[in-house]
Amino acid sequence: MHIDQQKCVACGNCVAICPMGAISIDSVKNRAYVNADECVECYTCFRGMSMERLNPTLVRGIRRLLKIFRLRFDPEPDVCPTSAIAPDELTWPRVVRRAFSDPVVTHESTGVHGRGTEEVKTNDVTNRVGVGEVGYVVEFGRPTVGVRFRDIEKMTRALAQMGIEFEPKNPVTHMMTDKKSGKIRDDVLNEKILSAIVEFKTRIENVPAVLHRVDEVSKTLDTVVAVGVSTRCDESGGSALDTVLSGEGFSFVRGKTNLGLGRVSL
Amino acid sequence: MTNTLHRYGSSDSFNDDYIVFAIPARGINDKDSVEKQRRFLEIARKHHPVNMGDASHGAIFRPSKELNPTVHWRRELAPDFDTVVNCVSCPSTVAAVFNDPDHVVAFIKELKKAGLGLSINISAALDKAQECARRAGLERHSVEYSLGFFGQTDRMADRQTLELATMCGHGMLSFNFVRKLVEWVKQGRRSPQQASATLARFCSCGVFNPARACRLFEEAKK
Repeated sequence: MHIDQQKCVACGNCVAICPMGAISIDSVKNRAYVNADECVECYTCFRGMSMERLNPTLVRGIRRLLKIFRLRFDPEPDVCPTSAIAPDELTWPRVVRRAFSDPVVTHESTGVHGRGTEEVKTNDVTNRVGVGEVGYVVEFGRPTVGVRFRDIEKMTRALAQMGIEFEPKNPVTHMMTDKKSGKIRDDVLNEKILSAIVEFKTRIENVPAVLHRVDEVSKTLDTVVAVGVSTRCDESGGSALDTVLSGEGFSFVRGKTNLGLGRVSL
Repeated sequence: MTNTLHRYGSSDSFNDDYIVFAIPARGINDKDSVEKQRRFLEIARKHHPVNMGDASHGAIFRPSKELNPTVHWRRELAPDFDTVVNCVSCPSTVAAVFNDPDHVVAFIKELKKAGLGLSINISAALDKAQECARRAGLERHSVEYSLGFFGQTDRMADRQTLELATMCGHGMLSFNFVRKLVEWVKQGRRSPQQASATLARFCSCGVFNPARACRLFEEAKK
């Protein structure tokens, strides 16, 4: 992403919008600019901001005039007045940033929008997580902190040492050169993304060991890690995970509840 | 995509936060799902949702690429339900957000009758979601728990900012922008409704809850 220097009027609206804090105002040039190393190509500024198509010279003139008379204009905070935000053509490996940061982009590897798979949201149809099994979604960089693949690799390597088999349809698994060791391809390790999810499943008796390992490794990473676990319920809607998680000292309030209304054929 | 799983807040904070979504399973029942997704949204609309969206095409609050300068004095805040329903064109996740469990129960009962065959999930406090399911005559099939945040949690924002920012789980709401709007509401420069609509426009999936956001902005004013 870049800011068109001919169009930018340095209103500063886009500065607060950027989830990564990658946009700043150059006080000498009086224009906004994007720090390319911090930008994760999430398109929040380009897609999320509304646009006017005002003449930049006119807007700069009005802003100067208001400044002279010490008048303050209170513009809408999510508007770029001159449509100065412009996407770049992305090439490998930078294109990976957008694939993992812009939720509107569909991952080629999964066919799903966003950063993971369908998890247990379609479990009533896929039976991906069966009775006695637990699915994990370990998400890096959320909320709004960001992560580089080298940090994700520390976790995937640690999990691989426990004999974890990663979900084959997950986009991070797709980035691995060796799924047995959790090795992620070298050319993306320094790429920064908004977030990524590692997915796998184990038997329910392995939950304590896996969660404690995730907790340990998370402390060594330069980001935050959000963890979700899922399971199939019994006929009365009960979940064996309640006892396991409570026993391990995890508190849980929020979650997703699959109502079992899906059918294999519509 | 765990974009609604890790919302931040206490159990009470989720009393007015229920997301019901429909999703086809890729390669299994996604063929001919478009009409079912549209039907889901049409049914949802009858039950007073506070937001609604299609992950591929946007929500009832959306940005505009052709504004004129009057927008700075008179911004349209009315939700656009028709565009969401009419724009569904490919297999995707469609969602409706409610702030009242009675509306959720009525919606699920009607979905059950409609027999769409898509997977239907409720993202909410787990006990409240189970209660809604039971009131609608269903037992839950599978459940996913949010265990919260691990690692460098000191890099996260304060509670108030997180409660608002995590309502877009894809991270489209920056902490700085949320703080800016909280300050503007406190200063009387924007109303809670205006600030909520502004945030909602950044959530293209339509899972942001403007009613909860309004309440949180009102609380911030006190």
